[in-house]
Amino acid sequence: MISKLLSGDRPGSPILAIVVLAIFLALAFAPFLFPGTRSVETAARICIFIVLVASYDLLLGYTGIVSFAHTMFFGIGAYGVALAITVMGASFAAILVGAVGGVLVAMLLALLIGLFSLRVKAIFFAMVTLAVASAFAVLVSQMSAITGGEDGLNYAIPSVFKPATKLMDGRLFGVRLDGKLLLYYFVFVCALILFLVMLRMVNSPFGRVLKAVRENAFRAEAIGYRVVVYRTAATVLSAAMAALAGVLIAVWLRYTGPATTLSFEIMIDILLMVVIGGMGTMYGAVIGATLFILAQTYLQTLMGAASEATSSIPLLPHLIDPGRWLLWLGVLFVLSVYFFPTGIVGRLRGRSA
Amino acid sequence: MSDAAIRPKIERASLAESLKTRAPLALVPALALVGFLAIGSFPTWVTLTVAGLAMGMMIFIMASGLTLVFGLMDVINFGHGAFVTVGAFVGFTVLAWLAGWTSDPSILINLTAVFLAILASMAVTGLLGYAFERTIVMPVYGSHLKQILVTMGGLIIAQQLIIVIWGPDAIHLSRPEALQGSFIFGTALVEKYRLLAVVVGLILFLAMSYVLNRTKIGLLVRAGVENGEMVEALGYRIGRLFLGVFMTGSALAGLGGVMWGLYQETITAHMGSEIMVLVFIVVIIGGLGSVGGCFIGAMLVGLLSNYAAFLMPKFALVSTIVLMVAVLMWRPQGLYPVVKAK
Repeated sequence: MISKLLSGDRPGSPILAIVVLAIFLALAFAPFLFPGTRSVETAARICIFIVLVASYDLLLGYTGIVSFAHTMFFGIGAYGVALAITVMGASFAAILVGAVGGVLVAMLLALLIGLFSLRVKAIFFAMVTLAVASAFAVLVSQMSAITGGEDGLNYAIPSVFKPATKLMDGRLFGVRLDGKLLLYYFVFVCALILFLVMLRMVNSPFGRVLKAVRENAFRAEAIGYRVVVYRTAATVLSAAMAALAGVLIAVWLRYTGPATTLSFEIMIDILLMVVIGGMGTMYGAVIGATLFILAQTYLQTLMGAASEATSSIPLLPHLIDPGRWLLWLGVLFVLSVYFFPTGIVGRLRGRSA
Repeated sequence: MSDAAIRPKIERASLAESLKTRAPLALVPALALVGFLAIGSFPTWVTLTVAGLAMGMMIFIMASGLTLVFGLMDVINFGHGAFVTVGAFVGFTVLAWLAGWTSDPSILINLTAVFLAILASMAVTGLLGYAFERTIVMPVYGSHLKQILVTMGGLIIAQQLIIVIWGPDAIHLSRPEALQGSFIFGTALVEKYRLLAVVVGLILFLAMSYVLNRTKIGLLVRAGVENGEMVEALGYRIGRLFLGVFMTGSALAGLGGVMWGLYQETITAHMGSEIMVLVFIVVIIGGLGSVGGCFIGAMLVGLLSNYAAFLMPKFALVSTIVLMVAVLMWRPQGLYPVVKAK
């Protein structure tokens, strides 16, 4: 049963299995295990980013294509919901319309970009997506009449999801059963389903062809697979998944703006998560996203303390200033591309094999 | 017996063929003409055209190194923007030290200060290019995926180090006295600094064309672009050649950074990655690895951005994307694709 749910792609190493299971359980019971707004906020972010990072891994790890437009698709999903709710009011119908619209736009755009840049060279694609994504971000921040510009859009969500809504009287293990809890589980279940769908995708015959294209495009073509078609299909699918992750974050945050969805910083975060977690395996996305967001939320506090403790030494406090944590992640990123190209998951799997 | 008998016969390209290769050259004047028709006012058009050419020249300075490095060694450096930023910061630091010189009314002393700033930043970025090539790029030759990832990582590290050294805030610095203000030609206003940028860019382009087409080093570089293994087999160390090109490219990025910084009069740690978008568009339009294509692409992007910024301000960056798409639909490999001997 479990094996079927995981599409036969088991974690493959006892340590990895334990870690993934622990992350799953922690996320499943996060509101009860770690009560408090901040920790639930972190847990929801982890759920959403697991989907986002896994969808990026579909492209980078499985197909071997580097795209810098992933946040654009993420943003299209988020803005789809935001605009639909702004126009139609807070209802599930609006969320559905926004989600469908966002996904369709994202897929269409991915198809166009893929068709005119994937034919030439993989490296072309990286540059074209970088250019298109930044133009898109500029466009969104300038069309402030529609998108709210740099300020973004604030909107209401269906009242079932509001913290003020009481689902039941009393408390369960000391946690209020309110709309916020329901919203968390909405995000969690959606993320879980999307993740399992992607796991199914990469372990299907289609996923196998993608891997073949990654390993040797020329040979895959010679065997009779149309490489361009498969590359474009992977791009379109991963764009659709990213847009769905965008829908989730739009509903969760009740706010959509360039900083939370479109910024280049998020693109770099995704890249770091995929590489550190492990390219070419879906579990890498789980571990990468969890580690990164935990570090982002809690490590910076630690670095702040360390920075103050060393304030008498020149330069050092600047280097471990909490704002500079990206510096150390960058170093970690470069080192892991050199020495552990398969990331944490690859290391764990390799040891057991 | 006459010499004519043994003279080799050189096939002349037919008119259609030579038109095909020269066609991109007509694009720049064509765009300028279209811009003139769309704008309608001559003085405005002159101002915008000079601004566009200046911007194009600066982008060309930054992009030429990138495209050469790609052509020669098949390495695309996503961290190229870091050299632009470092160049700008070093240049601004030097100019701040020479504050007495830049506020001097004499144009000669002003230009000396700018020249020293450019020299310092080119030296620093050249050395940085050496370090970057040896530590970051060299271990990943041959794998595009890893190159993109690793150079991106290098960009993150460099950007953060800039913040550590120079602080997170934007730095403002006004241009030297003699470079402020504008010339007035009839009714058209032309900023002095833009004129200087056009001149510097043109000199650089001519110098580069000369080195590439008329010197032995240029010959080796061009041969390396076409077939690196063959050059190596003939006894030249292509690795060293490549290192030299990489350092030159980085130094040029530094030069571009100083000029761009003086153009904007404000620099931030993120300016490099912002301008890289335009640089990539230019490199794609020109054809990866082609210096001539890069020059035309830079002019097109510079002119179009300025016309578009005047005609429909919100779509300036989008217009360059449209240009890129249009060029790729006409020539999927860019204006002047580099032919690799396989």
